Amino acid sequence: MSVAPAKTITYREAMREAIREAMVADPRVFLMGEDVGAYGGCFGVSKGLLDEFGPERIRDTPLSESAFVGAGIGAAMGGMRPIVEVMTVNFCLLALDQIMNNAATITHMSGGQFAIPVVIRMTTGAGRQVAAQHSHSLEGWLAHIPGLKLLAPATLADARGMLAPALADPNPVLIFEHGSLYNLEGELPPDAGAVDIEQAAIRRPGADVTLIAYGGTVPTALAAADELAAGGIEAEVVDLRVLRPLDDATIIASVARTHRAVVVDEGWRSGSLAAEVSARIMEQAFYELDAPVARVCSAEVPMPYPRHLEQAALPQPTAVVGAVRSLIGAAADE
Amino acid sequence: MSDFVMPSLGADMEAGTLLDWYVKPGDAVKRGDIVALVDTSKAEIEVEIFEDGVIDELVVPVGVRVPVGTVLATLRPAGAEVPAAAGAPVQAAITTRAPAAITTATPTPAAVAVAQPPAPLPPPSPPSAPPTPSAPGTIPAAAGANHRLRVSPLARRVAEQLGVDLSTITGSGPNGAITRADVEGGPATAVRTAQPTVGPSPPPEPVDRHAAMRTAIGALMARSKREIPHYYLQQEIDMSRAIDWLRETNLQLPITDRLLPSALLLSAVGRAVVEMPEMNGFWIDGAFSPGSGVHLGVAISLRGGGLIAPALHDADRMSLAEIMAGVRDLVQRARAGRLRSSEMSDPTLTVTNLGEHGVDLVHGVIYPPQVALVGFGAVRERPWAAGGMLGVRPTVVATLSADHRAGDGHTGSRFLTVIDRQLQKPETL
Repeated sequence: MSVAPAKTITYREAMREAIREAMVADPRVFLMGEDVGAYGGCFGVSKGLLDEFGPERIRDTPLSESAFVGAGIGAAMGGMRPIVEVMTVNFCLLALDQIMNNAATITHMSGGQFAIPVVIRMTTGAGRQVAAQHSHSLEGWLAHIPGLKLLAPATLADARGMLAPALADPNPVLIFEHGSLYNLEGELPPDAGAVDIEQAAIRRPGADVTLIAYGGTVPTALAAADELAAGGIEAEVVDLRVLRPLDDATIIASVARTHRAVVVDEGWRSGSLAAEVSARIMEQAFYELDAPVARVCSAEVPMPYPRHLEQAALPQPTAVVGAVRSLIGAAADE
Repeated sequence: MSDFVMPSLGADMEAGTLLDWYVKPGDAVKRGDIVALVDTSKAEIEVEIFEDGVIDELVVPVGVRVPVGTVLATLRPAGAEVPAAAGAPVQAAITTRAPAAITTATPTPAAVAVAQPPAPLPPPSPPSAPPTPSAPGTIPAAAGANHRLRVSPLARRVAEQLGVDLSTITGSGPNGAITRADVEGGPATAVRTAQPTVGPSPPPEPVDRHAAMRTAIGALMARSKREIPHYYLQQEIDMSRAIDWLRETNLQLPITDRLLPSALLLSAVGRAVVEMPEMNGFWIDGAFSPGSGVHLGVAISLRGGGLIAPALHDADRMSLAEIMAGVRDLVQRARAGRLRSSEMSDPTLTVTNLGEHGVDLVHGVIYPPQVALVGFGAVRERPWAAGGMLGVRPTVVATLSADHRAGDGHTGSRFLTVIDRQLQKPETL
């Protein structure tokens, strides 16, 4: 059996490959959302899919998140496997009633008669100067809701491989695609396929501190780890991947090895996913901790438009490095 | 002008609370006078002064807990001119003197205990280490109540596993917190930099003395077992001559003056030490430092639990009657909480006698920085083989726990043999 050579691919293309594969594999799968058809998607993910699959399966919707997310939930109840694209997580608030009161609850309220195998994809995060109504990271709000599964692909393999298991899952699954990742480019084997959507992943092993990140902050944490390594501090980078339910075991096992943790979260600090992760570490690994858990989050301001202010508001590698050094204390000053 | 500092009243003492001043500025004092009452975690101790002079200034007010080495009062030579500041209220004195007190307190409590081995006349001079400047601008927190070690949960857990006394560790973590690495580095490598606290404070909270004493004993014994490579010897000693002599002698004495076997045992140890001075002293900074004088630490169990081992000064030169009286006095004062500072700091070799509880022998833990501990079990009739015959004689099992750094089993066995020999000629004790 010959191994096909790896090919260079972007995160955007990996997402598109995943959608195409799902469409081909299962006629119940269709994509709908604002401008996903003729325009090819606001971020170009679905470019070309209209030509390939036609308007019945690549459906442009009116600018009404509540309506088309609700339609997706209804289609899923009716036996379809809809992929619903919401332009940004900020806009999903218009559909929050559908997500919270219908998608997350109907299986429960129907006594298990209805599964809701809908996948809702949305862009999240800042860094593209689209200001305070298009840039926030609200994953933490949605991760609060029982009945949902939340995924945050941060690598090409996850962008390529998370959609299929998400569609196969009987629960509503939300996929958060960080806007800064779409142009991420790298090699991916052409036969790259489904990945697990249960576990966090260790993106870089290290013995001195655990950096816990997801989505757009994974590259931030990896950059910080590189800088720390130059100073002799080996950081382990944990990519949460699954924001709900959290994979406590991987997080706790890492902290038990390194005894220090910094959570890097683009959400606002108050009531954030970082707060949840931090609390779980305290609950489950208190006696492993050699320093308080630290958090590096976005500044608690509406995301600014000017580039320098936007960058200042976001978690940067230097801030992560600083947090790590403060945890290691005097030993880091050698 | 000289300083009168908080003495180290035993290797397990890091700080003491000044409970009372028995002097006031202007009072003339002479060497040996009891000038203050200090509460260690173990007991209330009457503290003696070791220099003649006139009290110039009381630096630390009653109720304040200060680390060992802190200046408690200043002393001027008799006849010297009274400085203008003298007579100022104590509160004012604190304000001006406190920083100095902190800097002179810089040597670690352990270092103080080690650097000033108990001696008949402990030097009254301030610790010789150069003052370490306090961090500028840092005001020490009020003593006691709000002082809590910053220790990471992991470090606390590891310290418990390793039996490390966290108060001896310097933190290198965030804001000086003690981390696992600090604990594993151990007290030998760590230098305590946390500034002890001094200054006016509310009256100390009621101390759970029992718990505090357990903590102090635990810390000291853990240190002993951690640092001292103990070796153990035991020897059964024929006590028939000694007991016979004692019975005869006691017949001649009024009941109140009758002697107990324990006095013979203490006397035998005291005289044996004269022959074997290498058992009498301290292990300090990697070398043996002989004790000046034979001051046997007499282990006394306290009511309600706990243990204290004050010095029976010059036990080698005491008669049996003096030993009886001396021990009785120590026991009474130890249980009343009125021991003197010299008794706490001077012991050169500790003797523990658990015979009255009926045990056969005791393998003791050495009291740092001493190098040995002698233990006795019960004097009772046991089978004894001698001259090819099996008989019944009163015997006692003497044990020796000794520091292998300071000597070997050969030395220790000679020591037990000498104790044995002393007990075979009770009339000379």
